[in-house]
Amino acid sequence: MNFLGIYYYWVFAILLMVGFYAVIAKLNLIKKLIGLSLFQAAVFLLYITVGKVEGGTAPIFASAAGERLFSNPLPQVLILTAIVVGISTTALGLGIIVRIKEEYGTIEEQEIQEIDRQ
Amino acid sequence: MTALQAHLPALQVVVPMLSAPLAMLLREHRLSWALATAASLCAFAIAISLTLSVIDTGGMRYLMGSWPAPFGIELGVDAMSALLLLIVTGASSLALIAGASSLDREIEVERQPLFYAAWLLALAGLCGILVTADAFNIFVFMEISALASYVLVAGGPDRRALPAVFKYLVMGTIGATFYLIGVGLIYLMTGTLNLDDIVYRIGEVAEVKPILIAAGFISVGLALKAAIFPLHVWLPNAYTFAPHVVTVFLAACSTKVALYVLLRFNFVVFKPYLEDHDLKFAIFLLPLSLLAILVGSAVAMFESNLKRMLAWSSVAQIGYITLGASLVSVAGLTASLLHIFNHALAKSALFLALACLAISVSKLRIENIGGIAKRMPWTMAAFLLAGLSLIGVPGTAGFVSKWYLITATFDSGPLGILLVAVIVVSSLMAVVYIWRVVECAYFRETDEAQSAREAPLMLLLPTWAAVLLNFYFGLFPGVPLELSSSAATLLLGQTP
Repeated sequence: MNFLGIYYYWVFAILLMVGFYAVIAKLNLIKKLIGLSLFQAAVFLLYITVGKVEGGTAPIFASAAGERLFSNPLPQVLILTAIVVGISTTALGLGIIVRIKEEYGTIEEQEIQEIDRQ
Repeated sequence: MTALQAHLPALQVVVPMLSAPLAMLLREHRLSWALATAASLCAFAIAISLTLSVIDTGGMRYLMGSWPAPFGIELGVDAMSALLLLIVTGASSLALIAGASSLDREIEVERQPLFYAAWLLALAGLCGILVTADAFNIFVFMEISALASYVLVAGGPDRRALPAVFKYLVMGTIGATFYLIGVGLIYLMTGTLNLDDIVYRIGEVAEVKPILIAAGFISVGLALKAAIFPLHVWLPNAYTFAPHVVTVFLAACSTKVALYVLLRFNFVVFKPYLEDHDLKFAIFLLPLSLLAILVGSAVAMFESNLKRMLAWSSVAQIGYITLGASLVSVAGLTASLLHIFNHALAKSALFLALACLAISVSKLRIENIGGIAKRMPWTMAAFLLAGLSLIGVPGTAGFVSKWYLITATFDSGPLGILLVAVIVVSSLMAVVYIWRVVECAYFRETDEAQSAREAPLMLLLPTWAAVLLNFYFGLFPGVPLELSSSAATLLLGQTP
C-alpha cells in the first residue's frame, strides 16, 4: 500500500478531525459552526474520491463508437444533495446565532451559560 | 381505489410535503392550521390503510418512477415501518389539534403559517425515513426532518430555546454526518445503496473491515440522533424550551424514528453476513441501556421543572427500548418495538397534559402547581392516568410492554435477574417522580393556583384521547403486539 496513492483519504481524515476538534473545543458559536462545515466538507471529499476512476472522464454519452472510461457519476450526484443539506444547516445555524446575539448580546458559549444561570 | 392503494407509500410522504408550501402561502393562521391538521390527519389515514394492508399481505413495495429496484429508489413498508408510521402521524395529528389553542400563546399569529410549514416538513421527513428502502434517501429525509424540527424547537417563547436548539443542531448534524460516512464506506465496498441489495453484496465483499467501520459510524451517528445515554445531552433542554405541542410531537416521534433506522441497519443489513455482529451490538448497547434507565430516572426524581423531568424520563425510556433490542431475541425485540409504541402513547399524553397546565400556570415548576387539581380536575386526572401508564400499572399500555420486556430478560440467562432488578428499580423511581407532581397538585396549596381555570376543550379532547388510548391498548394490545412481533421475526430473519 503506497502512501501517496491513498493520500486523498488522509486529507479526508485530517480535515474531518480538524472540523470535529473545532466543534468540540471552540467556545465561540461561529467558530463551532465553521468547524461543523469543515466536518461536512471532509465527507464530501470522501464521496468524490470514491467515485474517481483513474484516467476517467465526465460520463457524457458520445456518439462515436469505442470504449471510454468514465468516473462514477453517482457519488457526485449524491454529494450534490449533501452539499445542499450542508448549506441549509449552516444557514439555519447562522440564523440561530443571530437570534442568540439579539437576545443575549454575546455569542460566547460560557457567557450565555452564565447569563442563563442568573 | 385500488389504483390509489398502490401509490400509498409515496403519498405518505408527498401529502405532507406538498401541503407545507401551501400552509405557508395561506397567510391566515387559522386556515394554515386547518390545512396542516387536515394534511396530518390524511397522513394518519394513509398510515392506517398501509397498516391494514401490511397485516393482510405482509408488506408493500413501491418503485419510485417505475425504475427497477437496485437502480431506482425503492420504497418499502413492512410491519416495523407501519407501526412507526402510526405513531408519527397519530402523534402529529393529536399535537396539531391541541396546538389550535396552545400555540397562540407561544408564537405570534403572523408567524404561525411558517411554523405550520416547518411542522409539515418535519412530518414529511419522518414519514420518508420510515417508507424508504434506500440508505442515502434515509439521510436526506433525516436532514429534512431534523432541519424542520430545529425550527420548531426554536419557535419557543423562552430565549433559552436558542442555545438549546444550537446544541441540538450541532449534535444532530454530527450524527447525520457520521451516518453519511458510514453509508459512503458501504457504497465504496458494495456499490449499492438499496438496503436489501446491500445485505447480499456484503456477503460477497472480501475485505470486511471497511464494513465494520461503517457499522460503527452508522450506529454511533444514529445513537446521537436517538439520544442513547451518553449522547443524550441535547435532549433535555430541547424538549424543555420547545413550544409545548412541539414537545409532544418530538417526544413521541423523532428519537423513535432514529431508533428504527438503528435497528433496521443493525439487524437487517449487518447481522446476516458479519461475524458475531449481534454479540458486538449487544455489548455496545446493553451497558448504555442500563445506565440510561438508572441515570435518566434518577435525574427525573430530583428535577423540579416538569417538562425537563419528563424529558429525563424519556432518556430512561429510550434505555428500555434499547435494552430489549440488545437481548437480540424475538421476545426482546418484540418488547422493544412494543415499548416504542406504548411509550409514545404515554409520553404524548403526559406532555399534552402539561400543555393544558401551561394555559394557567406561567412557569411549569413543581412549586407553582400546588393545589391546582381543584381548579383543573380534568387536566390533573389526565396527568395522573398517563403517569400510571408511564410507570407500568396493570391495565395500561405501559404495563404490557414492561411485562414483555421482563419476560424477555428472564429468558436471557443468569444476567436476566440483574436486568429485571434494574427495570423494577427504575419503575419505582418513576412512581416517585410522578407521585411528587400528583401530591403537589392534589394536596398542597399555593396562591398562583387559585386563579387557574380549566384548559379549553380543544386542548382537553386530544389529551383525553391520548389517555384513553393508553388504557385501550393496555386492555387490547392486539394490533401493536401483532405488528411488533412480526417486525421482530422479520428483523431476526426468521420466517413468522
